Amino acid sequence: MKLPRWFHQLGSPPYVYRLAERLSPWLGWSGCLLIAVGALWGLFGAPPDFRQGEVYRIIYIHPQTSYVGMMAYVVMAVAGAVGFIWRIKLAHAVAVSAAPIGASFVLCSLITGAIWGRPTWGTYWEWGDPRIMSQTLLLFLFLGYLALRASFEDRDKADRVSAILAVVGVVNIPIIHYSVEWWNSLHQGPSITRLDEPAIHASMLVPFLIMVAGFTFFFYWLLLNRLQGEIVERERDARWVQELVSGGRP
Amino acid sequence: MIEVLAMGGDGAYVWSAYGITLAVLAGNVWAARRRRQAALERARASGGAERPRRRPTVRQLQ
Repeated sequence: MKLPRWFHQLGSPPYVYRLAERLSPWLGWSGCLLIAVGALWGLFGAPPDFRQGEVYRIIYIHPQTSYVGMMAYVVMAVAGAVGFIWRIKLAHAVAVSAAPIGASFVLCSLITGAIWGRPTWGTYWEWGDPRIMSQTLLLFLFLGYLALRASFEDRDKADRVSAILAVVGVVNIPIIHYSVEWWNSLHQGPSITRLDEPAIHASMLVPFLIMVAGFTFFFYWLLLNRLQGEIVERERDARWVQELVSGGRP
Repeated sequence: MIEVLAMGGDGAYVWSAYGITLAVLAGNVWAARRRRQAALERARASGGAERPRRRPTVRQLQ
């Protein structure tokens, strides 16, 4: 089977660096704009919740940070697997780039969740709550991945071993998603990703989805920025990088 | 205005959550940029020192 041309191009570091350069402003600006609109809408435009009052407005940031953290993990695991199986170095560069972003978003989701928990559940933290614990495990998977990489002197070896950890840990993603259905949890069940219609009114759903889109664009913007750094780091002495840093076009 | 910002008495929860999230977003941008900049600096400093040697071209030999 003959693979299409773009498939080969996506394995080429200078091509991907330039592609990232071109896509970055679009992703960055649309992400920031959507987040600004969604936040203002969610904070001041959407109606208060009939049970939680105003504090429910954390719903416009907390699930989004969790979702970005999980998406970052899936990106990391898939890229790691692609790099491991087909020995594509660029895929490993993508995996490494996703890890710190994902870790920071998962940490953010745990903190905003704790803040939300105090007024609604009466506690910041509940050991043994399946959703909190599986999400905490996700944070430790990211940190473990980064620590594992740091323990190798040789980058190729770090790429391959850490990819295995990333792929094994991916089983945690469906566990996080279904944790609120499989076990008793303080956490509410899914209200957006249900098979029937969403359990939230359109006046709240629209800003919610705007924030989901904004966070998604923002994540890929960050990923491309980090990927560019990672590519330059790995290709430091390649001719195209040297031309790039000496003022020429990549 | 003050009333809106007070969020019905839950302002401390809502605003701290939004503030932390904003800080995480901004911190990520800063970290990603700094890392890319540092990589470019290192590449500049290295000056292609470890580039695998290629056979000289005809033009270089002349």
